[in-house]
Amino acid sequence: MIGCGRVGSAVAKRLRSEGWEVTAVDESEDALVRLGPDWRGGFVLGHGMDTDVLELAGVADADAAVVSTNGDNTNIVIGQVLQRRYEIDTVVVRVLDPARATFYAERGLPTVCPTQTAISVLLESVRAAAAAAAS
Amino acid sequence: MYVLVAGGGKVGANSTRTLLEMGHEVTLIEQRPDRFARLEEEFGPVVMRGDATEISVLERAGIARPPELLLAVTGDDEDNLVISQIGKEGYGVGKAIARVNDPRNQQHFDLLGITQTVCATTSILGLVEHEVPEHGLVTLLELQREGLKVVEVQIAKGAPVVAARAGGVTLPKDARLISVFRHGRTELVEPTTVLRPGDQVLAVVSDDSAPALRKALLGS
Repeated sequence: MIGCGRVGSAVAKRLRSEGWEVTAVDESEDALVRLGPDWRGGFVLGHGMDTDVLELAGVADADAAVVSTNGDNTNIVIGQVLQRRYEIDTVVVRVLDPARATFYAERGLPTVCPTQTAISVLLESVRAAAAAAAS
Repeated sequence: MYVLVAGGGKVGANSTRTLLEMGHEVTLIEQRPDRFARLEEEFGPVVMRGDATEISVLERAGIARPPELLLAVTGDDEDNLVISQIGKEGYGVGKAIARVNDPRNQQHFDLLGITQTVCATTSILGLVEHEVPEHGLVTLLELQREGLKVVEVQIAKGAPVVAARAGGVTLPKDARLISVFRHGRTELVEPTTVLRPGDQVLAVVSDDSAPALRKALLGS
């Protein structure tokens, strides 16, 4: 788990409870607070662009990686490094900008775009409400 | 030539000025309002305000033409990498030159196919090494795409090649001696050139064979 903010820490804790071995990487020790006192996974303090940090976190043996630091371009670069250099099969990257999320998804980097999800959900809600009012 | 410059710091602003003086068409993208205002005063409509890692901003700047040259010279390596990738892979930009701010990130540019990079720190350290050679081989020029470098070696007094003819020196297979600088003059290396202590030899060598070349010329 590269980047352990609200999203990263929640995904890390859920995966850990489902039996995965999980190591979180974050630049800030605040991430440990978010993981909570019961955290039984690994934690590496450092930046995901630093290959020493990635290797300390065990990327060489990882089956999957989630990249969700607070920078779109940082996530895009780290995601590609994990795919190409460390040959991790399952890499998912959080990208807030819908255009960049699509651009990289089309080129083989799986992206998740919360902005696009919000746009879709909000549109659907308004349309559903309008449809209910009209009927 | 049409050149797109992403990032209006010292590197971007000075490149823009020079390119304009040379008669090229330039668009410079800068995100920060304070910087943008100063740049606009000097360059007028050449400067555009926006985040150059956003595809819509790049499109407004003419990335789809595409420019003959894209300079990704912001102060952020991830941004420079993404700008170069979008330009090359998305819009067929032929030549992208990216600035590497932190030399530790060079490997990521290499891995992701952004082969033309400039790193001030690496250049300065190269010059320092030139003044204070530590390992015997001084790298003068890296040809990243070819995996070759041009190096300089000073032949020391007790080196194994002293008094040998260049043609008789056993070199690693992907290494060639180019020239010898001695007594203020440079001559090209011929098989008959005799190597002497104090000679400054220029050679071209693959990255892998550099240690073997050093050993061949200087001993262990």
